[in-house]
Amino acid sequence: MKQIPAGLEALDYRFAGKTQLGAFAPVLVGVVGSGNLEVLLEPAAGHHCEIHIETSARGFGAIWQAVASDFHRRHDLAGVRVSINDMGATPAVVSLRLDQAVSELLP
Amino acid sequence: MSQNIRLSYAECSARERVSHLLDPGSWHEWLPPSERVSSPHLAQLGVPAAFDDGVVIGRARLAGRPVFIAAQEGEFMGGGVGEVHGAKLVGLLKRARLAPPTERPDAVLLLAESGGVRLHEANAGLIAVSEVMRALLDVRAAGIPVLVLIGGSNGCFGGMGIVARCADHIVMSDLGRLAMSGPEVIEATYGVDEYDSRDRALVWRTSGGKHRWLSGDCDSLVEDDVAAFRRAAIAALDRPKPLDLPSLQAEHQLLSARLKLLPEAKHEIEGDEATLLWSRLGYADAARVPELDVPTLLAMHPQALSQGA
Repeated sequence: MKQIPAGLEALDYRFAGKTQLGAFAPVLVGVVGSGNLEVLLEPAAGHHCEIHIETSARGFGAIWQAVASDFHRRHDLAGVRVSINDMGATPAVVSLRLDQAVSELLP
Repeated sequence: MSQNIRLSYAECSARERVSHLLDPGSWHEWLPPSERVSSPHLAQLGVPAAFDDGVVIGRARLAGRPVFIAAQEGEFMGGGVGEVHGAKLVGLLKRARLAPPTERPDAVLLLAESGGVRLHEANAGLIAVSEVMRALLDVRAAGIPVLVLIGGSNGCFGGMGIVARCADHIVMSDLGRLAMSGPEVIEATYGVDEYDSRDRALVWRTSGGKHRWLSGDCDSLVEDDVAAFRRAAIAALDRPKPLDLPSLQAEHQLLSARLKLLPEAKHEIEGDEATLLWSRLGYADAARVPELDVPTLLAMHPQALSQGA
């Protein structure tokens, strides 16, 4: 059986996007609680959507990859850094939090 | 905007409380999440950090008056005070005390929701809580009142319970709880026969907002409504309590008098201790307290009764 060491897992994804966000005040949604997560959106130079995740649930990289890809397919953002602190949220909750953050961002 | 929709204080996050309690547009946060001032300890234990370490600090206006605010997030580590979390509280309090006259706040509001020290951070958390107490008393000594608001589902326990009782004024909802040791700690220490932490009626009878108000440990009792907390905080702005030896001695006298209201041996008590205490404090109909709503309870204060007599 594969041994998964204790500790956090850090994951990074990077997508080229078309919807350039420009300057905006950072947005924070969610709380780092059981089954929950916080999402921080900040402006970043360039034409990419960068996603950094720190999660207590190790070994779910493939699912995070899918959730991040779906998020990018929905919004196609550019010039943004997405930072996530996760305490075991399900994929559906992660997607909802990501959409909530974007909805607070866009007028 | 409808005036009839009540916004539950208990269900709000720390950030939602701050945004709904204070004057719209007046909020300015210090060390916001984008600064990433977070715990250096949690990652080593495999626990994710929060960008604000579970506490929001800043300045704002309340009814047009300048105030400093800290709000603890109960959903992150139960509001536990870690090293950074505590340092943010201490920094806010020191800034209030040292502010030049143009920036001096009329009060510091502490929206407390905490199980006390964050045990993951052990000594760093313990030291942080003791520093918060010292800083809070320094602020009061400088003539700036400190108001504590308690209405989150995690209550206000441990070191933060002591911090709350160091303040000028405590506002609680009937859902709020305030104590030193939490229910599970009492049960683990004294046994389930002495205190059953799963008995919610018992827990609220002995630490809930109604009990704290009836016994004089909190100054304002409100319903679980952000607007009610706001009104109570505004009303408390200009009512600092003296911080001197006579006031401390008066508090000790009050506490020892209260202790003597109950017999020492538990077998001498019929029913439960809380109900007996309330009736001996002068509340008629003490047995009905748990089922009464807040306005009804406020109306049965002994002072109100004696004014009617």
